[in-house]
Amino acid sequence: MSDVIKLKKGLDIRLTGKAETVFMQVALPELYAIQPTDFHNLVPKMVAKVGDKVQAGSVLFYDKKQPEVKFVSPVSGELVAVNRGERRVILEVVVKADGQNSAVDFGKADINSLSRQQVIDKMLEAGAWPYFKQRPYNVVADVKAEPKAIFVSTFDTAPLAPDYDFVIKGNEEAFQKGLDVLGKIAPVFVGVHNNGAAPVFTGAKGVTVTAFQGPHPAGCVGVQINHVNPINAGEKVFTIGVQEVVAVGKLFMTGVHDFSRVAVMTGSEAKNKGYFRTVVGAQLSTAVNGNLNSDNVRVISGNVLTGAESKAEGYLGYYDSQVTIIPEGNQYEMFGWALPGFNKFSAGRTFFSWLTGSKEYKLDTNTHGEKRAFVVSNELDKVFPMDIYPEYLFKAILAQDIDKMDQLGIYEVVEEDVALCEFVCTSKLPLQKVLRNGLDLMVKEVG
Amino acid sequence: MSSLRDFIDKVKPQFEEGGKYSKLRSTFGAFETFLFAPNTVNKGGVHVRDAVDLKRTISCVILALIPALLFGIYNTGYQHFRMLGQLDTVSFGDIVLEGIIAVFPILVVSYVVGLGIEFAVAQMRGHEVNEGFLATGMIIPMVMPADVPLWLVAVATAFAVIFGKEVFGGTGMNIWNPALVARAFLFFAYPTKMSGDQVWYYGFDAAKEAGQVADGFSGATALALNGQGDASIFNFYNEFIGLIPGSIGETSALCCLIGAVILLLTGVASWKTMFSVFVGGALMGYVFNLTGACEICWCEQLVIGGFAFGAVFMATDPVTSCRTEKGKYIYGFLIGAMAVIIRVLNPGYPEGMMLAILLMNTFAPVIDYCFVQANISRRKNRVKNNK
Repeated sequence: MSDVIKLKKGLDIRLTGKAETVFMQVALPELYAIQPTDFHNLVPKMVAKVGDKVQAGSVLFYDKKQPEVKFVSPVSGELVAVNRGERRVILEVVVKADGQNSAVDFGKADINSLSRQQVIDKMLEAGAWPYFKQRPYNVVADVKAEPKAIFVSTFDTAPLAPDYDFVIKGNEEAFQKGLDVLGKIAPVFVGVHNNGAAPVFTGAKGVTVTAFQGPHPAGCVGVQINHVNPINAGEKVFTIGVQEVVAVGKLFMTGVHDFSRVAVMTGSEAKNKGYFRTVVGAQLSTAVNGNLNSDNVRVISGNVLTGAESKAEGYLGYYDSQVTIIPEGNQYEMFGWALPGFNKFSAGRTFFSWLTGSKEYKLDTNTHGEKRAFVVSNELDKVFPMDIYPEYLFKAILAQDIDKMDQLGIYEVVEEDVALCEFVCTSKLPLQKVLRNGLDLMVKEVG
Repeated sequence: MSSLRDFIDKVKPQFEEGGKYSKLRSTFGAFETFLFAPNTVNKGGVHVRDAVDLKRTISCVILALIPALLFGIYNTGYQHFRMLGQLDTVSFGDIVLEGIIAVFPILVVSYVVGLGIEFAVAQMRGHEVNEGFLATGMIIPMVMPADVPLWLVAVATAFAVIFGKEVFGGTGMNIWNPALVARAFLFFAYPTKMSGDQVWYYGFDAAKEAGQVADGFSGATALALNGQGDASIFNFYNEFIGLIPGSIGETSALCCLIGAVILLLTGVASWKTMFSVFVGGALMGYVFNLTGACEICWCEQLVIGGFAFGAVFMATDPVTSCRTEKGKYIYGFLIGAMAVIIRVLNPGYPEGMMLAILLMNTFAPVIDYCFVQANISRRKNRVKNNK
């Protein structure tokens, strides 16, 4: 770890409701769900039927476009519901746990003796393949792709995000083992923060470690890719999260696909904040019920920038290790635009709050204004530390100009990279959605 | 406060789809959001958003314009009494009152005509009313001569809003600064009413007929005189403070400076653009000083005419200026340089700022194109180098 990449652009949204790095007791819920909507463009094909008994690791459904990619149950129990939305799209595949914790044994394996294809096959079989997200497009990785790299970001700079230096404790060996597995598939790059990161991250073996310093989105893996080994047209890169790397490591060490995770409860409206042990897809009820400071709140699986709106009866997202609870902002504010605004958080200086230093803010979900056309210039660039002109990219997407999107670097970005742009946008444009539409168009037209 | 909210909630259904006044929906919405920040919440993307919106941004621009407007009102009265030779006998109150009588109707006409069209267009398209004109409507009177006939203000504003903005799709889509479109329209369509010496003084014609104009009075502006004017009026101090004839809001470099401080402190305007305009103007003025083509000192170029006003309030309009950061340096520099070139080398148009900004508005996309294209080539070369 020689050089540090220092990023100046970006913004740390100073939210109240940060969790201390201590564990709190949260009972495991009864219900668990895998939500196909967590995976873009996934067309699920059910394998298990309602009423079937499943083990942790039993196949629930597979991807219709690449049948090798299986999605397995995180716990043992009974498949109790397949909840569908409009046009019968599957939203939730719900498993009721039986408390037996019986799991499918996929067999231990010595990584060194396995070929690349054998490693891939094992991950596919155990349902661990969906951990890989692929760029371009932010979709479940293509099984046949030969990615030029696999990137792991070991720190999260999003508001109130979990501290992976704390989360990783006790799983150091599995993490390194997981990296070894990934190394079989493609060269691995690990991004660490420059502020005393855990030795398991900074000293990771068999990988390229790069340190980053700066405000959010320095921890976004897309930003790290852009600075270390940018994606060009035609290239593919896989990304995977820290806890998923641990799960992959454990799979090869023990033969069991371990879905247990550490998640963090945060936000100004969460009464008790802290880390808790849970399982992928766990219902949020045991963590949320009785833990609210007020009634009019929004429960988010993930962080305030990229998370999914949920509720106590909702489920933890597949890739999420954070729950954020903030107040809803469905109130009017008289002359809201004209007040001095000492208590309003803004990246710019049009409110007097910029004079009040590093105060923390309790933000609600209000839009603080109406949608407009792009007017203010340079505000998106200020929070977007990549060599890309975000505004021109968005305009190309809005115009559905595929050549321009391609030229301006749409392959390099996914929604989380532009979430801050959406946050600061004076014109209140839904930029993550715009980008998603652009990516979907590229998938359709270019593939 | 809550009773007002209750009242709005009570009448709101009548303005919504199917309601009695649904045709006035945009108008109602504009007033409602003026009174109350809406209660809409984020769905589907980020869950929290920055407190800033376009209303706030435009409010900062308006705040920054106010010192120049107030001074413009005073100066209009001041120049009026100077023309009459009565400066020694009138009080401060008289001057301000005369200024208000001259300026206020122009302001009202600009806002009523402009906002009227904006509301109508928003209604036709089923859009919300954009805030952009609140700033434009204030700038238009400020770039008008004090004695401009009100019907001309109305015609120019209508032209600017319709052909300068709405035909392109409204705020954010326009190519040229709408206030300058209004000014340019009058300049070319009604040249006799817009240039010449008299127009800079409120009530000049009437005073002349009555034989009240002071002896030895010359009504020209500093630019028309090419620096040869009466030194008791046209000295650097007066030009900086703004006690010289000119368009209503543009004369005071000091007030523009106050405006600039507000715009830069709030971060609403780009310092890069503003700074580059002054650099461009100063440098070109200096070149003309050296070659002897113009006797106006380079530093004076920056405070006379509409230079400071244009640099601070109009060149920095984000919609019509360059949108790439590096482009802003070039864009600003060329505006400053071009303004002085037009002033010095084109005797037909003593004021070059308006044309310089409009010209560079036209070329801003080309400058941006070069920088964006460089980014695209960089990305393409990356692929080549990898192979």
